[in-house]
Amino acid sequence: MPPDGRLTVRFWGTRGSIPVAMTSAEVRRKLIAALLHASGRRLDTPEKAAAFLERDLDFAVSHTFGGNSSCVEIATGHRDYVLCDLGSGARVFGNDALATRGPSGQTFHAFMSHLHWDHIMGFPFFMPAYTAGNRIRIYGCHADLEEAFRGQHAAPSFPVDFSRLPATIEFVRLEPERDYEIAGLRVRPKAQHHSGDSYGYRFQANDKVVVYSTDAEHKQDDLAEIKAFAEFFRDADLVIFDSQYSLAEATSIKEDWGHSSNVVGLELCQMAHAKRLCLYHHEPVSDDERIAALLAETRRLEEITRGDRRVEILAAYDGMEIAL
Amino acid sequence: MDLTPKRYADTVVLFPVGRIDHATSEGFKTALAPHMARCAEGLDRIILDFAGVEYISSVGLRVLMLASKQAKTQRGSLGVAALQPAVREIFDISRFTMVLDVFPSVREGLASFSRRALAAFDAA
Repeated sequence: MPPDGRLTVRFWGTRGSIPVAMTSAEVRRKLIAALLHASGRRLDTPEKAAAFLERDLDFAVSHTFGGNSSCVEIATGHRDYVLCDLGSGARVFGNDALATRGPSGQTFHAFMSHLHWDHIMGFPFFMPAYTAGNRIRIYGCHADLEEAFRGQHAAPSFPVDFSRLPATIEFVRLEPERDYEIAGLRVRPKAQHHSGDSYGYRFQANDKVVVYSTDAEHKQDDLAEIKAFAEFFRDADLVIFDSQYSLAEATSIKEDWGHSSNVVGLELCQMAHAKRLCLYHHEPVSDDERIAALLAETRRLEEITRGDRRVEILAAYDGMEIAL
Repeated sequence: MDLTPKRYADTVVLFPVGRIDHATSEGFKTALAPHMARCAEGLDRIILDFAGVEYISSVGLRVLMLASKQAKTQRGSLGVAALQPAVREIFDISRFTMVLDVFPSVREGLASFSRRALAAFDAA
């Protein structure tokens, strides 16, 4: 831990199910909106233009939530890297890690929620795996953890077989509901409802708690389960939560598809007295305006249902950084 | 939970009151069940008058979703009417307005479901 005991959470991939990319039509729409908003202003320096983007434009116009699939970094000040999931965002993270600390001599700890493709697909493009001297420890509760990673490297899916990766790669099987001390963090996995099961992780370092809970469906009428999750989220500084569907979808046509909603995420955080809820695993069909609207609606829901404590609502985007 | 049913011809209006959350949803579900059993083609139409509901959580909304599914299976009609502004916002945010029949008032719900029921309501 750094001396001040802070944790930093960095989002490298925030999209659910499959990576998405903005189309040229969407870029054009943003540019038109920005230029119209800028008309009549004198934005003749990069500083003025940047200030205008930050101050005067909506996030959905000046930025994008991004399209890489799940990958979140938890930086503790410990020398080793800690990641949650290795979706396509892991490619971007890996390149950044190489650029920042050099190609070799690093240790990476990756905690896997589950082994669906969108959560492992970044690994074949994770450059630290291609350099001897790096150590990669992949943790999870699934029996077929190693098999899933080896399988996606095998022909005909990928040209480089797993056995040819020069880094030292280890698979570590964890048990749910047990505490582990790893890379300066206390880590506790918890089983979640998802096809083939998924696992959430509660990370604690000193007095800071981050919960990573994605690809999880919550049955609202199972009070014991709701209470167990509220306990898992208890007093968390940040809960990263799968809010891919609306509540109506999650309880009707997409029931048992293994995902949750902003409404259930907020209720659990309110029960748990969590400080921040971060909407995550965004629906691939949603464009930036739709995710921004989801964020605004969830903030409004928090306002009208608030008890004696406020929950800060955030929506994850690729590149977002939260200092706790 | 007492739903104080009122019949208008072929339509029954139910009046839940207070908060529908983890503490009360089971009682709401139990109270609703006998009415939903009759919410079928040729039997009763049901309107839930939500004017007295201050808050509904996801578990309460799930009860409504299950009731709606039951009504559809039985070819019945179920509607929710007269939502308080905050409850209306919860319906909007959870997208329940897209999957349930929601009416601004009980009268408008009755008008949509049954002429006979509307006439009985206006005469009452």
